[in-house]
Amino acid sequence: MAATTSPPADLSAALVLEPVASADWLVILPVAWCLAIGALLVMLRRKIDWHPPIAVLGLAGLVVIDILLLRHVLASGPVTMVMGRWLPPFGIAFTVDLTGALFALTASVVALAGGTYSLADINDSGRRYGFYPFLMLLMAGVSGAFLTGDIFNLYVWFEVLLISSFGLIVLGSEREQIDGAVKYGFLNLVATTLFLITTGYLYASFGTLNMADIARKAEGLSGTAPLMTLTALFVLAFGMKAAAFPVNFWLPASYHTPRVVVSALFAGLLTKVGIYALIRVTVMLLPVEREELSFVIALAGALTMLVGVLGALAQSDFRRMLGYLVVSGIGSILAGVAVGGPGGIGGAIFYALHSMLVMTALYLASGVAARLGDSFSLSSLAGLYRRHAGFAALSLMLAFAVSGLPPFSGFWPKVMLVKAALDIGAWWLAAVLLLTGFLTTIVTGRFFLLAYWRDVASGEGGPASATVSVAALLPVAALTVLALAIGLYPEPLLSVVQNAAAGLAEPSAYLNSVFPGGAP
Amino acid sequence: MEAWFALLVGIFFTVAVYLLLSKYIIRVLLGVAILGNAVNLLIFAGGRLTRGVPPVIAGDQDAIVGPAANALPQALILTAIVISFSFFAFLLVLAWRAYEALQTDNTDEMRVAEPKDEPAPPLGY
Repeated sequence: MAATTSPPADLSAALVLEPVASADWLVILPVAWCLAIGALLVMLRRKIDWHPPIAVLGLAGLVVIDILLLRHVLASGPVTMVMGRWLPPFGIAFTVDLTGALFALTASVVALAGGTYSLADINDSGRRYGFYPFLMLLMAGVSGAFLTGDIFNLYVWFEVLLISSFGLIVLGSEREQIDGAVKYGFLNLVATTLFLITTGYLYASFGTLNMADIARKAEGLSGTAPLMTLTALFVLAFGMKAAAFPVNFWLPASYHTPRVVVSALFAGLLTKVGIYALIRVTVMLLPVEREELSFVIALAGALTMLVGVLGALAQSDFRRMLGYLVVSGIGSILAGVAVGGPGGIGGAIFYALHSMLVMTALYLASGVAARLGDSFSLSSLAGLYRRHAGFAALSLMLAFAVSGLPPFSGFWPKVMLVKAALDIGAWWLAAVLLLTGFLTTIVTGRFFLLAYWRDVASGEGGPASATVSVAALLPVAALTVLALAIGLYPEPLLSVVQNAAAGLAEPSAYLNSVFPGGAP
Repeated sequence: MEAWFALLVGIFFTVAVYLLLSKYIIRVLLGVAILGNAVNLLIFAGGRLTRGVPPVIAGDQDAIVGPAANALPQALILTAIVISFSFFAFLLVLAWRAYEALQTDNTDEMRVAEPKDEPAPPLGY
């Protein structure tokens, strides 16, 4: 337009001129892949027989992409790609560091397990309602949230995954589901709106939405901008998404109502997106304010742990108990965020990854248990050990893992968190962490005694000859083996997680990746 | 101008929170609609309000001279309007379905997913 009359502008100052290296396309590929497969499934909406194989293959492809991405990040540090060639902070940047890549990979593994289980759980009517397109779009939102380097873009991905989750939670339209979906829908919408309010204030104070740019400017603005307000609002918004204590009530009210596979995916993915955003914003962008707020976060974490585990102890429904255990796990992660330092943040990230795998596996196991015993309720669920000893063994391992007992994946992050809490002198937080682990053991032990070891009373109980399909048992077994492997051989993951935490606390590599030429 | 808008946004938020705290889904829905508009106005006002000043940079300059409204928050609002509208549409249908299925719009009576008088769990085995 104006370029014809004025001298040609120097584009090198505003645009990325050299072509993007082919390995860097991996940054955007998980999102593009999920969106493409989701669109394909929408186009094939009448050929519902094709949906499951395409979706499961697509999710397997997503796992491969995320493994390649993690390898790339491990080899060469954080990777940035900007949209439309505009240089940051103007172009929307996708920046992947170790934390993002780890979360994305775990999410894709969880989704693949859920996709496999859905072969046995989602019938033709569920397919016709669009379970698989919703699943792929949910994964696009989750991957986008883990990989983006722009705070408004993060909000958009939150909305993408939220609208897909709405579609999934009402799948089936039973009365219970509608009831749960009302609470889930309204409270999650309020939480994302809080996030948007905070983003508005953030832009008004910083004049930028790029995370690296915010991290760079936060220190200089601490005297003039209302950073404490921003941080408190962020903690509230993400705490609500993650179901932290005073704002956790939507989760146990809704997570037991949808299909088992949907509950499993929600437990593995959605609350952890909130946790990831909380870690990213408080640890990397506003570290000074996190330090100031650490006592509040610690208190919220401790109360979340206790409310969660005591709630679980009071339940007599398998899935409602699991909902409270999800909440309790969020409390442990918050404790790590509050403690800070490599041990605290590393422990929080490790615990989040462990919780994604194990909570999904437990929800899937509750589905298998309900198939075997024909009920979710403890009053009628019994004799599972006699019906399927192998499945009972898997369940026991998962119960150990969620309680944080060795040799499973829950043990090491708990050790890291307790040690980090003791190191800074927060003995009460360490005590709550240990007490929660103890109470969780009681919760799961009580369930195991009643549902697995108790004999079926004569004249009642479900069909004794019920069999479970391989598609239902395989993901539970695979996730359990993964939890066992992490527990037995934690060194690689431990070192990666500590590097990830160090990269968040000292984000110079992240900043260099976004602004390769230094400050613009 | 911004000060008046700040006051307006405050009124919007007050009304929205008051409605969100209601027990009745229909009022909560109205609260959600107003809350979405409150946020949009907030971001709009955050991007400076000027009349008749196009944000155009002259050819020989690097930055804009004098105060002009920032166009980026307006772009953000466009995104947020679309999203909040679609969410409102979904919640509207969901509330209607809930009213049909549960025969109530009082949240105190929506206890299907969490029944009040559950049978006690087995106490021994």
